Amino acid sequence: MKALPEILKEIRPEFDFTVSSDFIADGMLDSFDLMTLVATLDKTYGISIQGTDIVPENFKNLQTIGALLRQCGVQA
Amino acid sequence: MNFIFRRKRITGILTVLPANERSFLEEMKNFNFPEARSLKLKEVMGYDKRRLVKPGVCVSDLAVFGLQHLFDRGVLNRDEIDALLLVTQSPDHFIPPTSNIIQGRLGLKPDMLCLDINQACAGFVVGLIEAFLLLEQESVRKVVLINGDVLSRKTSPKDRNIYPLMGDAASLTVVERDAEDSVIHANLKMDGSRHEALMIPAGGFRLPSSPETAVLEDAGDNNLRAKDHLRMDGSAIFNFVQVEVPPLIESLLASAGASMDSVDYFLCHQPNRFMLQKLADKMKVPYAKMPSNVVEHFGNGGGATLPIAITFNLANRLRNGHCQVCVAGFGGGLAWASMLMRLGGLSCCEMIEFP
Repeated sequence: MKALPEILKEIRPEFDFTVSSDFIADGMLDSFDLMTLVATLDKTYGISIQGTDIVPENFKNLQTIGALLRQCGVQA
Repeated sequence: MNFIFRRKRITGILTVLPANERSFLEEMKNFNFPEARSLKLKEVMGYDKRRLVKPGVCVSDLAVFGLQHLFDRGVLNRDEIDALLLVTQSPDHFIPPTSNIIQGRLGLKPDMLCLDINQACAGFVVGLIEAFLLLEQESVRKVVLINGDVLSRKTSPKDRNIYPLMGDAASLTVVERDAEDSVIHANLKMDGSRHEALMIPAGGFRLPSSPETAVLEDAGDNNLRAKDHLRMDGSAIFNFVQVEVPPLIESLLASAGASMDSVDYFLCHQPNRFMLQKLADKMKVPYAKMPSNVVEHFGNGGGATLPIAITFNLANRLRNGHCQVCVAGFGGGLAWASMLMRLGGLSCCEMIEFP
């Protein structure tokens, strides 16, 4: 199974997601990237991230995305 | 706000789509984004084909074409229309109302009501509520509700936020009294404090159009749009729909004493496939009961997308039988509304092309 940084890199290959603490503020993910990311995470982990959880705060960095995935039952 | 209507029904739905079809693959070169990112968006959101009017075509053109079709087919007699409700955000002119223009072009009787309603993607449900209210009057026996928009003419081709999803369309819904003792439940909510989430800033009296308002600006997200263009805060609208629509529908069903399982179809406004599938997941509704295939075939034509979802997916079933449907519209205003009704036995449930 792909690791989270690898999934993010496929969406925005030009960025290194291991060095930023705020992907949104740093302009690495826009609102459409979030939707692409959620669709990819849903498919990769066999989950459905709730629409109400698709807010910038949950996608700020690897830690917040990891917490969201754990909330969805993914063993991270 | 809750509504209950008795002995009212929809008797026919016609949707009118421009024959002019555009493809996302052809258009994505206009966007200031790498092709790979646009292709991922296509896959997730369902962007593919959409229908746009040719330059100069207005809402009244689509509406007159559709009404004439209903007259020619004998679905509707021009003298029996007591009210013409037009829900649009792209009127032919500021003055007069476009519904009056439609009445005049078709030579309809003077003894009728023509009314323009400025509502967006909740406009099908809002328009039905108005139609049912009018039918409470003895003098009103048949109402034609028109939902139509040509807002592609107000979107920037360099705005990936909104351009690839916009479509143009009109729908005509014939509403009348029901001989049977039917009951229709509806509810709606509005929140004008969030009106900036979906708006055209310039062109009205607050900020008249000028050479300055026509200048394309980078909003900081690589999209170029002018103040004359329709703009959407995609994140705000997405969150609004996910937060507000499920409880609205739950409240509707509770008011009606109906269960989720008793509903055959949840027919929603069609913003994009991703948003609708997330809505279905949240409400635990199977995708087959909540169609999300309008945007990929026709684009998002505002208030007409909900009737398009009906005519595109359920035409045969609704001509020959009945379904229990929950319809829900949500969008600019902000406004969100839903309605539970038995739909079927339609004299017309059809899609036609405007040449």
